[in-house]
This record gives sequence, structure tokens and C-alpha cells, in this order.
Amino acid sequence: MTVMQHIWIVLGVLFVFLNIAAGLIWVERRLLALWQDRLGPNRAGPLGLFIVLADTLKLFFKEDWIPPFADKLVFIVAPAIVVASVLMGLAVIPFAPGIVVADLNVGLLFFLAMSSLGAYSIVLGGWASNNKYSLLGALRGASQMIAYEVFMGLSLMGVVMLSGSFNLTTIVTAQQHVWFVVTQPVGFIIFFIAGIAETHRLPFDIPEAESELIAGFHAEYSGMKFGMFFIGEYLGISLISAMTVTMFFGGWLGPGFLPPVVWFFLKTFVFIALFILLRASLPRPRYDQLLGYGWKILLPLVLVNLLVTGAIALWLRS
Amino acid sequence: MISHLRTMWLVFIHLFHKKVTIEYPEERAPLAARWRGRIVLTKDPDGGERCVGCYLCAAACPVDCIALQATEDEDGRRYPAFFRINFSRCIFCGYCEEACPTYAIQLIPDFEMGEYKRQDLVYEKEDLLIDSQGKYPGYNFYNVAGLDAGVKEKGKGSNEEEPVDIKSLLP
Repeated sequence: MTVMQHIWIVLGVLFVFLNIAAGLIWVERRLLALWQDRLGPNRAGPLGLFIVLADTLKLFFKEDWIPPFADKLVFIVAPAIVVASVLMGLAVIPFAPGIVVADLNVGLLFFLAMSSLGAYSIVLGGWASNNKYSLLGALRGASQMIAYEVFMGLSLMGVVMLSGSFNLTTIVTAQQHVWFVVTQPVGFIIFFIAGIAETHRLPFDIPEAESELIAGFHAEYSGMKFGMFFIGEYLGISLISAMTVTMFFGGWLGPGFLPPVVWFFLKTFVFIALFILLRASLPRPRYDQLLGYGWKILLPLVLVNLLVTGAIALWLRS
Repeated sequence: MISHLRTMWLVFIHLFHKKVTIEYPEERAPLAARWRGRIVLTKDPDGGERCVGCYLCAAACPVDCIALQATEDEDGRRYPAFFRINFSRCIFCGYCEEACPTYAIQLIPDFEMGEYKRQDLVYEKEDLLIDSQGKYPGYNFYNVAGLDAGVKEKGKGSNEEEPVDIKSLLP
């Protein structure tokens, strides 16, 4: 592949995912409204799509305020970290045969590392805000991320065992005959739950918890810095959805009447909608419930899943 | 876990439920007949102003948004020289309507009073007076009042008897 092609792919992925993240403002508000028997934003532009422009413009014109008591440098850097780390994570995802920014042989580990780095944004943002609610949110975010990262990685190891590779393209092609969601159902469920916790989306939005912590780690943020957290969250949803599709639902694979990229994005949108449905339907658990659930139930479960998968894989090979 | 999935399913099928939203400018929710909206000053059946400038509405108003000045015409009929309601203050409580002894001031089912300038929310008498009897058709205050203010002569009103001639012995 030539250098130009690489650059086009990078730009294309950036363009598509930043637009998806922005478009999710509209998608989320419309879907939430529909599930609450409302209509949602439908006035600005066709189907209310220009609400995205209106929201973005509004964010740009908001006062970009840095509290005098905040740690200025860290305060500014924190929102950029979440967007950067999620965009880095998107680099290893194969959207179609040949359309991948970086076809790393340790792509899965790279993804896990990048999603872990996202935790820094919450911790640093909450800490630099120098505000007790933000700090509480940051603490919660840190422990939640650490707890759920453990079995986020472990839940994917079953897939790695079956496909024998950390390379995401290889993992997708290994699903030619049967998707890994069939052979690894427990792994899929646990990965998805961990993904929700990782993107700190509802019902696991414990670091934000607007009813307890006002807005948690981003209580002090305004203007486009808040917008970065906002976009980072939506990018995170897209990343986890894309990752779920890649790992368990056969990535770009699908019947031949649609091009592979279309299949990939169709599947991804199903999971994005599922994220929003979770927000619409489930209440937020208490903080200790979340951690207890993670360490006491999901971690043993994922270890058992790993054990059984390993045993079966060995048995099949012998 | 099962209950969570059930919840998610129940929320999901709300997608196909009837929406409760009323898309306002195109569709309108029906307003109740006693809706307390824009304040108007009504008129008698014969077209005279009902307001007698008694100041009771201004006194009853909890936010002091009503200002008026009473005056009299040559027949001795009282009417307001000016009548001003500041709708940026008004809370649409309807106390003025309750206080009014002549059914002149009334609240009607209309809430679309948006203005671009704050000053435009101050309604003068011309803006408030309407060519209607409002909720009490046929009522005429000076017809039931004892006073002859040009509407009827003494003793000619409804529910009123001719004055007795105290010098006459005839029954």
C-alpha cells in the first residue's frame, strides 16, 4: 500500500468516527425520546439533524472557563487524553479487508492499553478540578476502570485462544464459519458489560452520577473542554461497539449483497443503539454494588470461561 | 439479570407506542374553558365599558401589575381614564377577575403573548378592551345598580321598583 493510501485511510477513519460521534448527539436524543414516548429534537433541519450543528455552535460560544483554583495545565490536558486515547484505539480496528489504519500483530493488546489510558483523563480531570465532587468522581472512575479492565482483557482471551492471534484482522477472518459470539457467549456478555463500565456509560456512569456528584469529574468543565469529554464518551461508545463487532460478531463478514464496510457499520450501529437502550432502561447501581459485582461475580465467571475454553481448545487439538 | 433484560425489552417496545408529544405550533392541546390566560376588559351588551374604576382588581393583585385611574363622564358614570396591565409581572392568578364587582376584567384561554421587547408586554386600555361580553352575556352593571348614570332612569332598572311617591295616599 502506498503512503497516500495510508493517509487517506487515516483521514477517512478520523472523518467517519468524529462524524459518528457528533451524530450520536442526535441519535441518542432521538432514540431516548422515542423510548420515553416522546419525539425528541425534530425541528432543526431534516429530522432535526441540525441539532448537532446547533449543539456544537453552542459549545463553541460558551465561555471557556478555567476555575482559578484548578491545576491549569492538567485541567486543559485531561479532556484531550480521552479523545486521543479512544482515537488511537480505533486505529487497530479493521473495517473491511485492507481498510485498517495499523494492522498490528498485537492489535488487541494495543486496544486494551489505549482504553486503559482513557482512565487517566477522568482521574486527571477530576483531580485538576480541585473540587470535592470532581475528586470523588475521579476516584470512582479510577477504581471502576481498574476493576473492569481486568476482566475486559480476560474476557477477550477466549477469543484469542480460539483464533490463535492478537491481530484483529486474523480474528475476524477466523470467524468465517461461525461467529465467536456462538462459541464465546459468556466472553461476549462480560466484554460488553466491561465495555459499558469502561466508557462509563449509563447504567455504569458512576464517575459522573449527576444525581449524586452533580457531574462528577467534569463538573468544572465548560465550553469545548466539556465538549471533548462529550465527544470522547461518544467515541468510546463507537469504539466499544466496533470492538464488540470485530471480536464476537464477525467484523465485516456478512452476506455478499452488501459491501463489507456496510456490514461492519450496520452491526456497530446495532450495538450503539443497545448502549442507548441501556441508558434508557436501567438505573445506576450503587458504587459498592458495581465493584462487588465486578470482583465477586464477573471475575470468577470470566476465569471459569477461560478455563473451560482452554480445556476445550486443548481437547480439540489433541 | 432476567429482570434487567425484561426491563430493556419493555423499554424497547415503547418505540412502537403512541407518542405523547403534541407538536405545538401545528397541533394544539385543547385549553380548558376556565384557562387563566390573557386578561381582557369586557363590555356591556350596549357597548359601554363595564369597568367602573373601583381599584379592587389593583388591590387584589398580588404582584401589583395592574394600574388604573378612575374618572367620570358627564352622566356620573365611572370609567378608567387609563388601565394598564404589565404582563411581564402578571402571574395569571385570576384574583382580579374574582375581585371585580362588574365582571369587567376576565381571564381568557390565550397564552400566546410572546414579544421581542419587554415594553410590549405592558398592555394599555386599547389593548385590553374587547368588543365582547366575555363569560357573562347580557349582564349590565348600571342596569342593576341603583345609580342613574345615563344607562337607565331611576326605578327603571331590572330588579328595581319605581320610587314610591310618599306624598300620595293612593295604594
